[in-house]
Amino acid sequence: MALSKFARCGLEGSDTSRMTASDQIEATFRAEHGRVLAALISQLGDFTLAEDALQDALVNALERWEVDGVPHNPGAWLTTVAKRRAIDRLRRSSTQERNAVILETFTEQDEPDMDDPIPDDRLKLMFTCCHPSLALEAQVALTLHTLGGLSTPEIARAFLVPVPTMAQRLARARAKIRNAGIPYRVPPADVLPERLDALLAVIYLIFNEGYVATEGEVLTRSDLCSEAIRLCRVLVDLLPERAEAHGLLALMLLHDARRETRLNDAGELVLLEDQDRSLWDRVKIEEGVAVLDAALKLYTPGPYQVQAAISALHAEATTAEATDWQQIAALYDTLAIMIPSVVVEVNRAVAAGMAGGARTGLDMLLRLEDQAGQFYPYHVARADLLRRTNQREAAADAYKQALVLCGNSAERAYLQRRLDEMLNF
Amino acid sequence: MKYLLLMYANETVASSFTPEQFQTANQEWMALTKELQDAGVLLGNSGLSPVANATSVRVRDSKTLVTDGPFAETHEQLGGYFLVECSDLDEAISWAAKFPNAKYGTVEVRPLWSGR
Repeated sequence: MALSKFARCGLEGSDTSRMTASDQIEATFRAEHGRVLAALISQLGDFTLAEDALQDALVNALERWEVDGVPHNPGAWLTTVAKRRAIDRLRRSSTQERNAVILETFTEQDEPDMDDPIPDDRLKLMFTCCHPSLALEAQVALTLHTLGGLSTPEIARAFLVPVPTMAQRLARARAKIRNAGIPYRVPPADVLPERLDALLAVIYLIFNEGYVATEGEVLTRSDLCSEAIRLCRVLVDLLPERAEAHGLLALMLLHDARRETRLNDAGELVLLEDQDRSLWDRVKIEEGVAVLDAALKLYTPGPYQVQAAISALHAEATTAEATDWQQIAALYDTLAIMIPSVVVEVNRAVAAGMAGGARTGLDMLLRLEDQAGQFYPYHVARADLLRRTNQREAAADAYKQALVLCGNSAERAYLQRRLDEMLNF
Repeated sequence: MKYLLLMYANETVASSFTPEQFQTANQEWMALTKELQDAGVLLGNSGLSPVANATSVRVRDSKTLVTDGPFAETHEQLGGYFLVECSDLDEAISWAAKFPNAKYGTVEVRPLWSGR
């Protein structure tokens, strides 16, 4: 159904009044899908049945709404119709005892009022979809499908896999939820922090899939960023006391504000310092900073908040020269303690190089060579610091090493240009 | 739901235990078994004899082939099982995490076949 207009109909920042009828229907589907499905699963106690019934209701809605327009409470409309379809489905296959039980409890309830608010069970659905016993790629696909309302072909296209592969991935995940007894509930307090970390990681992975898109399906993939932000907004609404959920939302907003300036017209990566800051999305930056401030007031620091704080310092610098590298370097020190990794160490060295002189940064990088030698950003970082200190030959060698290891076309274009600069002077 | 919790570990770990370590491990298993019983989730359990005592049987072209050893030579071997009744996967996982061998091996959580 929502095949062709994926790139246009994310509700993120869109204005429904200017949409055509079918756009509006699709936008409504996307916006309502997660909440309606979550409520249906709660009431039916059956993930697959709920999904099938909602699918029936969406087909029904598409026919009706084209003629009658979108009802004033589309979520309640979909829920009511989906429940009727679920009852139909159960009756058709009511040979099973289990179905009889569901039917009994279900039809006992009064006919739901179209104006009833739908209970918000999306948090349960998120935790089910991001259960660690599902493969990460299945978690991502299932989250986009159930909560984002994206169709199987849309998700397949976004992740550059054939539609049957994606369909199978989703079907297997659904089967495992049922057959392995993956619970449909918000995890108890003792496991909530680790499960929430996993959930945030899935949302951030969706965002990054869109953010690093450089070729081919750029539009489709970049819409993943909007979807990740939308999911995180829901999460922040539902778990307002969790600082890292706010932190991730802030981080994504701040990154997203600069998305358009990351690549030039030739599809080549543009470094932060060379980006046209007048093109940065001020509304997103302001919101990102406000969300970060709200997160910090919860006094439970975490890596997403620290990364958002780093991003905010970049976003708030009016020129590249005005960047507060001292603070950024200090934040990377903190991040390196929270989530020690080679990636963080390389960034930390760059920040230190920018704050306290390239020599400092180069020395820090040198100490990382054994761990980071196969990691191309390490060579990029070295090359850029060597270039800044006019060590052209060494810089050229480092750019060459980076080019050997880097597979991203936009970054390769940037590296090649720098290499040419170093060689042709 | 019924889950089979399969205990995997490198057999050489347990076989190289000192008598004290062996006794400690034994007490841990007994305590876990009791905890499972007290919680009313235990349906059955047993340890397995080492894979050195295993025999593999295959029938091909109507001939029975009997060979020495386990089905697959792996780094970790199946050493025993607990059959438990849990409300959902998370409950089964929380029990699995209490298994002594989870610290040096792996506990595989398998739902019993439900016909679907």
